[in-house]
Amino acid sequence: MSTTAAAASTPQPLGRPLWRRLLGFNLLTAVLLGVGGYYLGWFIGHQIDGKSFEFREKIDENDVALLLAYFFGVVGFLIGLGFANYPISRLLGRPASLREKEEHGIGRYFGLCTDHKVVGLQYLVGIGVFFFVGGLNAMLIRAELLHASPTFVGPNQYISLVGMHGTMMMGMMTSGILGPFANYFVPIMIGARRMAFPRIEALTFWLLMAAGFILVSTIFFGGFPTGWTGYQPLNDQAVMGMDSYICFFALVGISMCLLGLNMMATIITMRAPGLTWSRLPIFVWSVFATSVLMVLAAPMLIATLLMAALDRSINTSFFVSGGGGSSYLFENLFWFFGHPEVYILALPGFGIVLELLPVFTRKPLWGYRLAVSGMLGVSLLSFFVWQHHLFVSGINADLRPFYMLSTEIISIPTGFIFLCVMGTLWKARTSFSVPMLFCLAWAFNFLIGGLSGVFLSDTPSDTTTHGSFFVMAHFHYTIMGGLIFTFFAAIYYWVPKMTGLRFNERLAKIHFWSMFIAFNSTFLPLFALGMEGMPRRVSFYEPKLHTLNVWVSISAFVLGVSMLVFIVNTVYSLIFVRIKAEHNPWRSKSLEWQVPTPVPVNNFEQIPVFDSDPYDYGTPLPVGPGRPATAGT
Amino acid sequence: MKVLGVGTAVAILGVLIGLYVSSWATNLPPQVSGSAAPASSGGTQLTLETVAAVGPKYSPSHPDWVSYLVRTHGKWVHSTNFTVPANSVIHVTLYQYDGDSGLRNPFLAQVQGTVGGTETVDGKTINAIKPEEASHTFVVPQLGVFVPLPGVEEEAKNQCEFAPCEGTAHHTITFSFRTGKKGHYRWQCFVPCAAGFIDGFGGPMQTFNYMDGFINVV
Amino acid sequence: MSAEAHPGTPEPNHARRFTAIWLGASVIATPLVVLLLGPELPPGKGSEQAAGQVTDNTVLLGMATPVLLLVVIYLLYAIIVFRQPRGGVLEGPAVRGHARIQTAWIVITSALVISLAGYGTVRLLADNGAGSGSGPKPLTVPKGHRLQVQVIAQQWAFTYRFPEYGGVETTHLELPVNQMVELHVTSIDVIHSFWAYQLGVKADANPGVDNIAFVKPTKEQIFEVHCAELCGIWHGGMFDHGRVVSPAAFQTWIAQQQRYFAPATKVLEPYAKTYSPEPTRRAE
Repeated sequence: MSTTAAAASTPQPLGRPLWRRLLGFNLLTAVLLGVGGYYLGWFIGHQIDGKSFEFREKIDENDVALLLAYFFGVVGFLIGLGFANYPISRLLGRPASLREKEEHGIGRYFGLCTDHKVVGLQYLVGIGVFFFVGGLNAMLIRAELLHASPTFVGPNQYISLVGMHGTMMMGMMTSGILGPFANYFVPIMIGARRMAFPRIEALTFWLLMAAGFILVSTIFFGGFPTGWTGYQPLNDQAVMGMDSYICFFALVGISMCLLGLNMMATIITMRAPGLTWSRLPIFVWSVFATSVLMVLAAPMLIATLLMAALDRSINTSFFVSGGGGSSYLFENLFWFFGHPEVYILALPGFGIVLELLPVFTRKPLWGYRLAVSGMLGVSLLSFFVWQHHLFVSGINADLRPFYMLSTEIISIPTGFIFLCVMGTLWKARTSFSVPMLFCLAWAFNFLIGGLSGVFLSDTPSDTTTHGSFFVMAHFHYTIMGGLIFTFFAAIYYWVPKMTGLRFNERLAKIHFWSMFIAFNSTFLPLFALGMEGMPRRVSFYEPKLHTLNVWVSISAFVLGVSMLVFIVNTVYSLIFVRIKAEHNPWRSKSLEWQVPTPVPVNNFEQIPVFDSDPYDYGTPLPVGPGRPATAGT
Repeated sequence: MKVLGVGTAVAILGVLIGLYVSSWATNLPPQVSGSAAPASSGGTQLTLETVAAVGPKYSPSHPDWVSYLVRTHGKWVHSTNFTVPANSVIHVTLYQYDGDSGLRNPFLAQVQGTVGGTETVDGKTINAIKPEEASHTFVVPQLGVFVPLPGVEEEAKNQCEFAPCEGTAHHTITFSFRTGKKGHYRWQCFVPCAAGFIDGFGGPMQTFNYMDGFINVV
Repeated sequence: MSAEAHPGTPEPNHARRFTAIWLGASVIATPLVVLLLGPELPPGKGSEQAAGQVTDNTVLLGMATPVLLLVVIYLLYAIIVFRQPRGGVLEGPAVRGHARIQTAWIVITSALVISLAGYGTVRLLADNGAGSGSGPKPLTVPKGHRLQVQVIAQQWAFTYRFPEYGGVETTHLELPVNQMVELHVTSIDVIHSFWAYQLGVKADANPGVDNIAFVKPTKEQIFEVHCAELCGIWHGGMFDHGRVVSPAAFQTWIAQQQRYFAPATKVLEPYAKTYSPEPTRRAE
């Protein structure tokens, strides 16, 4: 742990005049350089274009200009934040340092900071904001579906809303748990003073923020019609708003890949003495399994989007059948990323649930090794199932039995997680605090999601359910029910540690119950709608489905209100009332609750030494019918 | 102090969301009602024109896009959102100023679903055009109305540059169709007329108020 | 131990009690679900393939019901019985696993899952693709005469071509009852998906690809046609109704279509598996 010694260099001089502070590398500079870079790219794009490609002179759509504008904008933004300083100073031969970590005060939350705890909170707020933007889009979609034919939002806007909602959620929320909670707690849980690559850690966050703004900016360029899957050739055909999607997802992919790499490096190399792999907290295992997926899947996405960008801007034809390409190629490449992607969303949820259950049941985690093998199994198998998204596409029809088998086999490791949850609950002393309620809700939601997935993995059944609202309901049960519920469990569980402040419990319970009931009332009927023959992403539907759609829309609005309850609670508890949280309100034995609040900059004065896993709960059993397993489990 | 801060934040957010919903999400062109046709024919009259470029006056953001326009109260208006009465005959007069692009599916060169199954081009009554001469189509799939519109010949002098086009080279096309029960129908063009987009079906072909619209039957 | 919570009363055998509740509930619920809900399952019995899907869905639902009950009843049982008393600080038993239960779980879930995949495969092959788009060279092809119908998807309409009837193209689809139909689904621009809901047919329409699906309608009916793959602004508007009619009525209808669409048929391209109309790249 000698690396931290360098961090003890001179602290940032404070008390400089305001104008001097504004001149440095900070968010203001970043925004200015970002806007400057944007217009620079726009200008260069218009210089290149129009001369080499004659047909463009007739139209005012210039994809080259917009892609370059986004590229230079992001580069300018990152330089403005100060990401270029360190590489440049190293190139000039100056010594290595972690000076960015040493900032004080509220200002460090608005710039490049290499303290993993600051980055965790930045992530929580940043992702939270974009999560609510995505949610607002969902509300508008449901408002439109109050009518059987388009009346409320325009048809272009409807398709764009569908795309923005899906892309925002699938893109931003990949880091929904790894961003805030893994960045904050993994180093503490493994007894490290920082992440392996602190600057890359900060970079992943700011890349994601730049990406979020780029996606929202699509509304100024006509939106995009493809949904989150971005299928070709519709992608190639779309107006400039599509470039926002491409840049967004590519940046998310880069961020995801770097985040996963950083997590893997940290977990492999920076565990404290005694923290063997079999003593690793299960949450850290889930982060590890997710990171493997991120590192292996995200590059595929980036490459695919680069090909799409080339198709759109300089007229290549990777995906255009008329030009010798194939629309199948995009589907294949996209889902090779896309299916691991949905497990990137689901796996951290498994980790949260298994991490929290022992605390609230006062029992050790039941079947630790089974849980670990379950998560690693899901992680591995998720690379072998992607063509179940293409069962009716006509591609490789002979291979469908294989993909049916591999898809159904993936429910075996998922079943391990359920067995571990059930085993931990057996003869427990469960207390129903808010985080525990969210974990139990996960078990129910993910069960429905998983069982409905069996219908989709079966080709004959998938013939009817594919591309219908049934699929929509299925993945909302797995992703919203699996990820967002555990995201809130983690918020209620860990934010008292992160901020030192307590949530209002009554409001939290109102939030939970309204969210759980409204969630089920929204998405259960969608299974029925799909089975009745309503395709996804439509703004026209059969009049016979009107009543059910109105029911779903109203439930969705209640779900939206339940999110407002959460915001009200956050503002009320963390800004107005500010009651200090107890030091360890959940009586957890995990390491992160043993360090002081607020956590010191370097986490530990002395690196801890582990002699057990953190699930040392419960009273040992005498010999009885439920005698401990001999297999070591 | 805190109340003020939070209040300001909520107000700013509210305004942003309001703007997002009102001036982007729900932003649609004005609905234009068909006018009463002359008593001799009865029904409702709808007067349209198609132009190769809509021009900066009607669409500052996309002056080069091909578009439909509609005439109301003696003026050309940039809207594709029409209102017509239910269970009545709609007479459409269409001034076709754009050149030909050709149909992707030649099948749609036949007129379907109009009164008599025909259209009248410059006084000649026909039931189909040559597929490669098609410039646009006026199609309401749910009403079964398919009308192909032949384009202005390339050799023609006095081509219209951008809207509004008056008196330049054009075809005058008339046809009539019946509306059934009330409803909210879509209509579109089937000719790949969007220059610069793959298959000619991007941009104006996929943007409401250019080559796509609604027919509200009330 | 949990005996502390009920001083004096012996701890009941939870495992036996839970198993009894679950078995009882499953034995009652599963037949009810299969018998009552099964026949109502989509997509109905409009064709052989749709009926096969209903059977398939019924089997899956029958398998899923006990699993659903197992977890839900378990969760409820655990929530109700294994509680921390209010304000209590009791600890649960320090059990870290149970080798036999874990092994049994792995074996049972594996057997269940693999048999489901096996059943799905049998169903898929026996029903000749079960109405799904099976690519240009389907693995199994039904015997006997198959009526050839081409579905051409375009932004934003489906049209249908009948090569056996002079290549006539129509705007609506009518099919004769009890006749095996070979649908050739293709697209001339972006990806669409032809979904005839009541017939249990779904096949993606890809540009430059001939995607074949088999269907044999078994009753006269009106069926819905939707596009099931996002294809642009009017994706939702790409719907229509088709009809299954008697063979005689079909002959009358197709003859009438041939007459009506004679002008259009003259200018059509010759019938082909796929079409690649101009402009293939960017329009100018």
